[in-house]
Amino acid sequence: MKKVMAILEKEFKSFFYSPLAYVVLALFTALTGVFFYLYLSSFVEASFMDAIRSQQYRQPPQKLNVNLMLIRPYFWNIALITLFTLPIVTMRLFSEEKKQGTVELLYTTPLSSTQIILGKFLAGLTLSAALLIPTMFFQGLLFVYGDPEFWPVVSGYIGLLLMGSAFISMGLFISTTTENQIIAAIGGFALALLLWIIGWGANFAGPSLAPLLEYVSIINHFEDFAQGVVDTSHLAYYLLFTFVGIYFSLKSVESVKWRA
Amino acid sequence: MIEVKDLTRYYGQKRAISNVSFNVQKGEILGLLGPNAAGKTTTMRILTCYMPPTSGTATIGGYDIFEQSMEVRTITGYLPENPPIYPDLEVNDYLKFVAKIKGVEKNRIEKEVDAAVEKASLGDVRNRVIGKLSKGYKQRVGLAQSLINNPQVVILDEPTVGLDPKQIIEIRELIRSLKGEHTIILSSHILPEVEQTCERVVIISNGRVVAEDTPENLTTRMRGSERVQLEVEGDEDAIKKALGSLPDILSTRIETKDNGVCKVVVESKSDLRKEMAKSLVDSNLGLLELHPDKATLEDIFLHLTTKEEGA
Ligand SMILES: Nc1ncnc2c1ncn2[C@@H]1O[C@H](COP(=O)(O)OP(=O)(O)OP(=O)(O)O)[C@@H](O)[C@H]1O
Ligand SMILES: [Mg+2]
Repeated sequence: MKKVMAILEKEFKSFFYSPLAYVVLALFTALTGVFFYLYLSSFVEASFMDAIRSQQYRQPPQKLNVNLMLIRPYFWNIALITLFTLPIVTMRLFSEEKKQGTVELLYTTPLSSTQIILGKFLAGLTLSAALLIPTMFFQGLLFVYGDPEFWPVVSGYIGLLLMGSAFISMGLFISTTTENQIIAAIGGFALALLLWIIGWGANFAGPSLAPLLEYVSIINHFEDFAQGVVDTSHLAYYLLFTFVGIYFSLKSVESVKWRA
Repeated sequence: MIEVKDLTRYYGQKRAISNVSFNVQKGEILGLLGPNAAGKTTTMRILTCYMPPTSGTATIGGYDIFEQSMEVRTITGYLPENPPIYPDLEVNDYLKFVAKIKGVEKNRIEKEVDAAVEKASLGDVRNRVIGKLSKGYKQRVGLAQSLINNPQVVILDEPTVGLDPKQIIEIRELIRSLKGEHTIILSSHILPEVEQTCERVVIISNGRVVAEDTPENLTTRMRGSERVQLEVEGDEDAIKKALGSLPDILSTRIETKDNGVCKVVVESKSDLRKEMAKSLVDSNLGLLELHPDKATLEDIFLHLTTKEEGA
């Protein structure tokens, strides 16, 4: 475990000593910030209209639901931005080691493949969690000026983290297969996008295939989390997905050590 | 300390090394000398457990490189051809990281890093970012890394490549100072380099070991030696005895043995073809083939004595 932590720490240092970290952080914060502003202003506008209407018709105001109208769509939005950002976080995890030749250090010191992969996976997961912090501030504003329900926000973040861990394990695997970071990023993004939109295919697929496509689709499992429900079947899906990604990464790393 | 036996490695269809064998004694510095693409890096990568051989075995400190790779990796320090550095990290952080992944105890990390910094004379760049150091200093950081956790065996792949003459001398001195305490293999493609640091040299060319001796003997041997290849039917010992009795013989090596027929390579100070044939026939051995094999060693020698870069 100490060695896993050493890798995690090293990943963090190289990430934050390089400009990439700040580009990713800035990009993510800017995008989630802009969308928060847009959602917020349309919600405020709707509330305002509602207030005017209730005055005109002398009815009590409807009291619009901020969880339903703002927080839920906003979580979907963050999920989509994650899809674009996480491949940039995962692309370097292994490809850079291959390119720089530092794999020679990792493979010739007494580190097991599991320690290497776990360290890298945890580094990716921690970074993805760090990316979410600014969005927590944005949503915190809602609690300062209004009173939304609290638990759906928590479950939304649990969902984002779980989906993030699935993306990261997959991106990590792609990164073990190439020394080219650009290819790792594009590959990770393409695969994530495919798994995202595969559910749409269910509309056109036959009755036997449709449930399968819907099950595989990574975003379908996010819906409940955004609505405030932590369902074990969706939890299991993301954990299984993460596990498979880590398993493939391990096999990919170990394949170098198999006898030709 | 290190026993290498019949290592062969293919990259796809291409054979990079074949039947490489040699031994290194405890505390010895062995030079692995060979021209470009000879297979030095391949051999070292196999010994350091970076990748497995296609066939053959090796042990380091009694541990098998394939079966007990964790033990081998624990007692071995390795400087790859390109120093394995993280350009974004500071020297100090990098060395600490290496100490941690090598399993150095927490309370000894500071000490190990200090010792490595001291040995590689990195004191004045400790807090600099590695990516901004000069090539020579990067190489030293790589060397410092290989010495962390005081490994019994140190394997250095072309440790002086790309350094200026002053740095080369310093690194050589450093390597010599490690002698005794560590068992060392270093590779090079220039003879003068190994002459100055190594006690014994294995010459490898085209993936095969072509000679093994002290640097002094190698130099004299290659300057004025005759090489003859023989195919002889008979017992190994009898062949060695028949040939060994002749004057001026430098070495007799049985390369392969197949159905009682031995391929023998003999080096001698003068042309002994007639005498060899006579001696073998007199000893009732079947001489099947005899031909001079001058070109190879001389060829290799030419490559190896080409001028030292930068010096
Ligand atoms: N990853 C690889 N894939 C395919 N072939 C390789 C690979 N690495 C090395 N080779 C081939 O194996 C042979 C031996 O290479 P190796 O790098 O071991 O030589 P070397 O003695 O270290 O040479 P140099 O002095 O140039 O470093 C070469 O012909 C090389 O082209
Ligand atoms: Mg090499």
